[in-house]
Amino acid sequence: MSRVLVGVKRVVDYAVKVRVKPDKTGVVTEGVKHSMNPFDEIAVEEAIKLKEKKIASEIIAVSVGPTQSQEVIRTALAMGADRGVHVEVSGKDYDLLQPIHVSKILAKLALDEKADLIIVGKQAIDDDSNQTAQMTAAVLDWPQGTFCNKIEKTDAGLNITREIDGGLETIKTKIPAVLSADLRLNTPRYATLPNIMKAKKKPLKKVTPKDLGVDTTPRIEVVSVEEPPVRQAGALVPDVDALVGKLKEGGHI
Amino acid sequence: MFSSNARNLIRSSLINRCKSTLVVAEHNNEALNPITLNTISAAKKIGGDVTVLVAGTKCGPASEALAKVEGVAKVLVAENAAFKGFTPESITPLVLAAQSHFKFTHILAGATAFGKNVLPRVASKLDVSPISEIIDVKSEDTFVRTIYAGNAILTLRSTDPVKVITVRGTNFAPAAATGGSGAVEQAPTGDYASQLSEFVSQELTKSDRPELTGAKVIVSGGRGLKSGDNFKLLYDLADKFGAAVGASRAAVDAGYVPNDLQIGQTGKIVAPELYIAVGISGAIQHLAGMKDSKTIVAINKDPEAPIFQVADIGLVADLFKAVPELTGKL
Repeated sequence: MSRVLVGVKRVVDYAVKVRVKPDKTGVVTEGVKHSMNPFDEIAVEEAIKLKEKKIASEIIAVSVGPTQSQEVIRTALAMGADRGVHVEVSGKDYDLLQPIHVSKILAKLALDEKADLIIVGKQAIDDDSNQTAQMTAAVLDWPQGTFCNKIEKTDAGLNITREIDGGLETIKTKIPAVLSADLRLNTPRYATLPNIMKAKKKPLKKVTPKDLGVDTTPRIEVVSVEEPPVRQAGALVPDVDALVGKLKEGGHI
Repeated sequence: MFSSNARNLIRSSLINRCKSTLVVAEHNNEALNPITLNTISAAKKIGGDVTVLVAGTKCGPASEALAKVEGVAKVLVAENAAFKGFTPESITPLVLAAQSHFKFTHILAGATAFGKNVLPRVASKLDVSPISEIIDVKSEDTFVRTIYAGNAILTLRSTDPVKVITVRGTNFAPAAATGGSGAVEQAPTGDYASQLSEFVSQELTKSDRPELTGAKVIVSGGRGLKSGDNFKLLYDLADKFGAAVGASRAAVDAGYVPNDLQIGQTGKIVAPELYIAVGISGAIQHLAGMKDSKTIVAINKDPEAPIFQVADIGLVADLFKAVPELTGKL
C-alpha cells in the first residue's frame, strides 16, 4: 500500500454551545472557536499509525471549505501528514455544500493522487450527517468500512472491527477502500511545537471543485434553522424520599 | 391570480398520486427490528404507497410480520446468501434494482448503524443528497433534522428527484403491527454478491434487558461510577423498573461498559418516559442523545453539573449512597 488520503473538516469546536442566528438562516460561526472535527483527528491519527507501521508511505490531508480550512490541514500536517490539499469553497456555496459534493471531490482526488485508502471521520459534529465515507466509497465503487473500532492490514486486504448497534462486528474488505473512524479507533496525538513549525514548510496545494470537474450545485434549500425547544426548569429534591415521592407523583412507580 | 393557486393544486395532487416510498427493513434473519415500524410511520406521513424491502439470508419472519403492518401495500423479499451480514456492497445494488423497477420517490430506512451505513451509498449511486436522521416530515420534499448535536433544528427542502432519508425512530410512533394486508412479492433478482467485502463475525452484547432505543425507562451511568463493577448499582436499580441501562461516552471510553450502551450525539438517541442519569455531568454531546426524554432525573454530587439544567427532578447527592437507598425504597 502506498498512499492514504485523509479528509479533515474545520468545524465549530465541540465544547462551544452554538447560537442560532436571529434571522433563522443558520448558526453563528463568526468569532466562534473552530477546530478540527474530533472524528477527523482520529482519522489522521490512524493514517499516521499506518505510516509508522510502514503500511502507508504517504499521507495526504484534504479539506474542503473556506480559506480558514487551511488551519486544519496545517494541524493534520503537524500531527504527521506529509502534504495537504485545500479545495476552496466559500460563502453561500459552502453553506449549502453537502457530503454528496465532498465525496465527489475526495473520490476525484483519490484517483488523481493514486490513493489506496481514504480515511475520514464517521461524522462531522456540525451537520451530523454521517454520509461522506459511504458516498465516497460509492462514487469509487470501493468497499466501505464505516464506524471503525479497529483496522488491521492483512495480505488480502483489511480486517475491520466496526461499532454496530448491538456490539461489534468484523468484516474483511479489499483494498482500495474507504474507512470512517469511530471514537474508539485510537487516541489522537497532540502536535508538538517543533512539528507545528515544521508543518508550515510542508506542501499545501490549493484547488477548486471546478479544477476537479466537480459540480457543487446545491441540492437543498435551507427553510429555517431554529433553536430547539427549551425544557422547563425542574426542581431539586432534598433527599431520596422526596425523589421517590416525585417519581410516584409522575406515575413512574 | 386564479391560475397560480389552481396550478399548485393540480401539481400537488399529481405528485400525491405518484408518490411512493420504499422502506428498507432492518432485521437479523430472525426478527424485525422495531425501528422499521417507526420508519413506516414516517413513510405514511410523506403519503403515497408504502413498499417494504426485506433482504437477508432468511427473510420469512420479517416479511410475514411486515405484511401485517398497517399501511404496508407491498413487501418485496430478497432472500439470498449474498446478503450475509447485510453488507452495503450487496444491499445497495438490490435497492437500486428495486428503484429502477418501481421508480420510488422516497427511499427510507431507520437511522441505525445499518441504515446509516447503507443509505448514503444508495443515494450516491442515485446522485442525490441523502437526508440524515429526520425528526419530522413537513411535506414530500421538506424535512426537519437536528444539527450541532441537537442544538439547532434545520428545516430543509430537498431539490433532488428521489429523497433518500434515514429516520430517527424516537420521533415517530411505531406503525400498528396488525391490521395490514400487504402483498408479498419477490424483489427483482440479480447477482448481488459483492467481491469487495465480506462479513466475518459479530460479537453482540448479551442482555436480558429491554433494547436501549425502545426502552420506556433508562438508567444511565457516567464517569462518576468510577468502575465497571460499580455499574452493578445501576443494574439493580434498573431491575426495579424493568429498565435498560445506558452510559455516557466517558463511561464507555473508560471501559466500564461496552460501546453499544453509549447514549449521545454519536451513540444512540433515546427518548424514554423516564431517564435516570447517574454520575453524568451532562456534556452537550450526551444531552444530544437524551434530552427528548419525557422525564429526566439526575443524581450527581456536583450541584453545578449541566445535567441539572435539563433535569426535571435533581438530587445532589453521592450516588454510592443515593442509588442503593433509592433501589431499596422502590
